[in-house]
Amino acid sequence: MYGKRSRFLTIMLTLGLAFFYIPMLLLVIYSFNYSKLVPVWGGWSLRWYEVLFQSEEVWSAVGLSLRIAFVNATFATILGAFAGLAMVRFGRFRGRTLFGGMLVAPLVMPEVITGLSLLVLFITLKQWIGWPAERGFVTITIAHITFSLAYVAVTVQARLTGMGQSLEEAASDLGAKPFKVLTAITIPRLTPALISGWLLAFSLSLDDLVIASFVTGPGANTLPILIFSRIRLGLRPDINALATIIILFVAICVAIAAIILFRQQRREEIDHQLAQRENG
Amino acid sequence: MTDITDHTAADSDAPLWSRLARRMQANWRVIITIIPFAWLFLFFLFPFFIVAKISLAEVIIASPPFSRMIEWTDGGIMTIRLVFDNFTYILTDNLYFNTYVNSLKISVTSTIICLLFGYPIAYGIVRSGPVAKPILLFTIILPFWTSFLLRVYAWMGLLADQGTINNLLISLGLIDEPIRMLYTEFAVYVGIVYTYMPFMILPLYANMEKLDLSLNEAAADLGSRPTNTFFRVTLPLTIPGIIAGSLLVFIPATGEYVIPDLLGGGNVQMIGRVLFNEFSRNTDWPVAAAVAIVLLFLLVLPIIIFQYYQGKASEAG
Repeated sequence: MYGKRSRFLTIMLTLGLAFFYIPMLLLVIYSFNYSKLVPVWGGWSLRWYEVLFQSEEVWSAVGLSLRIAFVNATFATILGAFAGLAMVRFGRFRGRTLFGGMLVAPLVMPEVITGLSLLVLFITLKQWIGWPAERGFVTITIAHITFSLAYVAVTVQARLTGMGQSLEEAASDLGAKPFKVLTAITIPRLTPALISGWLLAFSLSLDDLVIASFVTGPGANTLPILIFSRIRLGLRPDINALATIIILFVAICVAIAAIILFRQQRREEIDHQLAQRENG
Repeated sequence: MTDITDHTAADSDAPLWSRLARRMQANWRVIITIIPFAWLFLFFLFPFFIVAKISLAEVIIASPPFSRMIEWTDGGIMTIRLVFDNFTYILTDNLYFNTYVNSLKISVTSTIICLLFGYPIAYGIVRSGPVAKPILLFTIILPFWTSFLLRVYAWMGLLADQGTINNLLISLGLIDEPIRMLYTEFAVYVGIVYTYMPFMILPLYANMEKLDLSLNEAAADLGSRPTNTFFRVTLPLTIPGIIAGSLLVFIPATGEYVIPDLLGGGNVQMIGRVLFNEFSRNTDWPVAAAVAIVLLFLLVLPIIIFQYYQGKASEAG
C-alpha cells in the first residue's frame, strides 16, 4: 500500500527515529571520552577500551555468553522448526490448542515468572533425580532454549503459511513420499526462516539478564549479568566502550542477515516470474 | 515398513542403524511433534505447577526453604497440607497490593503512550515509497536486536543529574539546578516506552500493510475528508494490530524488572522488582511463589487474548 505520506506522518517518523537513535549515539560517543565521569567531556580517548580488553572478568563472561548463545540457537532452531511444522503442516491433532498456547505464551510471559519457575524446577529435579548437580551453563542454556524456540516457531510458522503448499503438493503428485517432500522441498525452502530464527535465538540469548540471573549458579556470570552488576551502581565508561562494541557487532550481523534474506527473496521472485512466463 | 525403497544401500551396510532410520522415517510426524511438545511441557508448563505448589507451603529453615505439601505420618497415612496464608498475606498487605496497582498503572499508561506514538510511525512506514520502506523498517528492527540492557543504560546517561539532558539545559541557560529525572517514575516511563516501542510498531505495521488503499480512495471519491476516512475506515481495520501490539507491550511491561531497578532506583515499586528481590535476598520462597502466581492470574486473560489474535494472524498468513 503505497500512497502519499502526510507531513504529520513524516514528522512523527523523524521524531521516532531521533528518539530511537540519539540515546545510542550518545552512548557510543561517550565511550571515547577520556573523563572518568561519563557525561563530563574530557577529550577523545581510547583508554576505556584498553581497560575493557585487560579485564579477564569481561572476557570470561563474553566466552560463557557466546557458548550459551551458540548452543541455544542451534537447539532452539531445530525444536522451533519442528514445532512450526507440526502447527502448520500436520493439520489438527490432539492437544494442538494446548501446544499452540505453550508456543505463544513464552513470547509475552514476564521474565521474572519464567525465571522463577525454571529455578524452582531445577531445584526440584535436583532433589528427585540429582540432576542438574550445579546451576550454570547447562541450566541457562535450557532456560534460553525454552523461550527462544517459541520465537523460532513463530518465524517458521509465518514462512510456512507464506510460501503455501503448492510445491509440496506437486512433489507428492509426482510420487514423492511425505518424508522426501519434507527433506527435498520444505526444509530447503524454509532456510531463510531458519537462518533468521537462528540469529534471533542467538541474540535473544546474548541479551537475557533476568532469566539467566534466576537459573545461574555461583561463578557462572554471563555478559548481561556482569554488565548489570556494574551499572546498578551508576554510569561506567568501560561499559560504554563494551556497549559500543556490542552495538557495532549486532548492527553488522543484522545488516548481513538482512542482505542474505533480501537476496533470497529476490531470487525467489525472479524464479516465480520465470516460471509464470514458461507457463504462459 | 515396506514403503521405503530408496535406502537399500544403507540396509546392507548397517542393519541396526537403517532399521532405526526406517522407523524414524515412518513415524517422523509423531517425532517432530512430540520433541518440542515434551520440551515445552517439561520446561515451561510443568514448572508453573511446582510454583503453585510452593505458594501453598510454609516457609521453613531448610533447603529448599519451604514445607512439604504431602507428608507421610508413622502410620502410613498421607496428609496434604495446603496453606493459603501466603495469598491472604499478599492480598491484604498494603505494600504488595499497592505494588500490583502501581505496576498495572505504569504498564497501562506506557502501552497507551507507545500506541499514540507507534501508530503514526507504523502508518508513516506503510505509506512510504518502495525504497524508503525496507530501510525504515530495518531502522525500527535494529534497536530490537540491540541489547535491551544497554538501551536502558543509555537512558541512565541521558537522565542522570549530571547527565546529558541536564548538562544541555544548564549550558543553554534554561535551568540553574539539574532537574531530577533518573530514579523517578518519569524515567521508568521513558525506559519502557523506549524499549517496548518496536513491539508496538511491528504488529501494527504487519496489520496496516495488508490494508487495501482503494478503500481510502473510495471514501475520498464519496466525499469523505481524510480525517473522517481515517477514523471510519483505517482505524477500525487496524484494530487487530492495535490489540496485538498493545498486549505485546502491556504483558511483559507489567512484570518488568530491569527498568524499574535501573531507572527507578528504589523509588518506583513494580511487582517484577519486588518478586526478584524477594527471591534473591529473602528466603521466603512461598511468599515469592504466591506473588508470581497472583501476577500470572492478572495476566492470564491478556495472554489468552494475545494467543487468540496470534493464532488468527498465523492462520490468515
